[in-house]
Amino acid sequence: MSNSDDIVTTSNGLGYTSNSAAHPESLVKPPMAPTAGEDTIEIKIEFGGGLHLLFSSQPSHKINVPRNIANSEDGQPQPVNMRYLVKWMKSNLLSEREEMFGDGDGVRPGILVLINDADWELEGELEYELRDRDEVVFISTLHGG
Amino acid sequence: MPPTPCSLCHTARALVKRPKTGQQVCKDCFFEVFETEVHNTITEGKGIFERGEKVAIGASGGKDSTVLAHVLSVLNKRYDYGLDLFLLSIDEGITGYRDDSLETVKQNQIEYGLPLKILSYNELYGWTMDKIVEQVGRRNNCTFCGVFRRQALDRGAAQLGVDHIVTGHNADDIAETVLMNIMRGDIARLGRCTAVTTQSEDTIKRSKPFKYAYEKEIVMYAYFKKLTYFSTECIYSPDAYRGHARVFLKDLEAIRPSAIVDIIHSGESFQLEQSVQKGMKAMQTCLRCGYISSNDLCKACALLEGLEAGLDRSALRQTQANSSTAPVGHRTIPMFERYSNIGVAQPTEGIEKAVQTIEIK
Repeated sequence: MSNSDDIVTTSNGLGYTSNSAAHPESLVKPPMAPTAGEDTIEIKIEFGGGLHLLFSSQPSHKINVPRNIANSEDGQPQPVNMRYLVKWMKSNLLSEREEMFGDGDGVRPGILVLINDADWELEGELEYELRDRDEVVFISTLHGG
Repeated sequence: MPPTPCSLCHTARALVKRPKTGQQVCKDCFFEVFETEVHNTITEGKGIFERGEKVAIGASGGKDSTVLAHVLSVLNKRYDYGLDLFLLSIDEGITGYRDDSLETVKQNQIEYGLPLKILSYNELYGWTMDKIVEQVGRRNNCTFCGVFRRQALDRGAAQLGVDHIVTGHNADDIAETVLMNIMRGDIARLGRCTAVTTQSEDTIKRSKPFKYAYEKEIVMYAYFKKLTYFSTECIYSPDAYRGHARVFLKDLEAIRPSAIVDIIHSGESFQLEQSVQKGMKAMQTCLRCGYISSNDLCKACALLEGLEAGLDRSALRQTQANSSTAPVGHRTIPMFERYSNIGVAQPTEGIEKAVQTIEIK
């Protein structure tokens, strides 16, 4: 099937316009982030649907997380996963109203998560093991019609 | 995890898990099934559109109406509906919120090549939401905004001379409304809130082509198509009751994604007993502005009189005004005339008038 619509946009489809507070190109390195190296991987995080307002109004962040973390049961090293990333974001990146983002270990129902443009429900959600230069997008669906 | 193949084309990589069906689909198949399902909603039964109809898309600049404008433009071409599409936006006069989202609508106007009409509360009622909130406070302002917006959309549509208004209400919104109507005991609204097209209460036909479209899929569609939309929470107090219903529904969806269509199905299946139907108020027209109403004065005129009288929150509870003339010195809403440009003789009154007005072409 051809999606034969000839509509051209310059938008990122994330629900903000360039004249609003959001500037997708300005990337913030949070102070807590370790510097990139052999033991860390770089992750790009983007926010849509107004979620960036909870993260210092920055829609796009590049962060570094450890390549391996200790398994919660036996303490053995295991690759860093989304569970760690979400937790890390709550303590290092979130600037306000945690209840608008987090719910238990995960994210609040109504927030969509895409990992490298794929619905995280297809990728194992919190158990997904992150790789260097993965892109994770969080989009709120909770307001605006 | 290894990439999952699309369960429809079996070749491309699946990128979306559809909440309604659990199907795992690739981007192209997702676009196709999403658009085809909206097409099916539009054409089911007798279909909601007639060829040659002038249709206004209620456009807020948010995700739902932006995706609706896009999908309707695409389907109108692909299936040759023969529709004359317009964008209709209401400017509530909320600084830092609506003014920004209207910029998005203007962008959509250029992208889709659709004519745009913006009608403001200020020109229609003489009040902006900023001024209303200044007077009534933040607690009840959503009541004013909701009543005023509904009527403003009809009046804007009448000015454009359109036959039909479509809105971006999605499956989540409708399921939420079913729950709210049950919780409020609003039997009349429960009966009609699941209809794709409503005509009884309004003077202009209204439809919801996204009735079966999940919010998740609308947001995914906007993201994958890189559509320009705007998402900011209204700066005034949110509708708290709806907010609770929404969170409850999202929690249900997380456990069982079909909950949303299931609730819509339950809403559709309610049948009112004759005795209940008889107890419902017949529709008439507002004595003051001519808009369809269940009382002598429509809600907008009653609220406006309260505002003009300088009342605060109690404007909501004030004694029911029923005079056809507003107190001296008060601003009023212009007379509502559906086909003012055609000069049709006004038929009789009440519900009959509404029905006849609709049938005149």
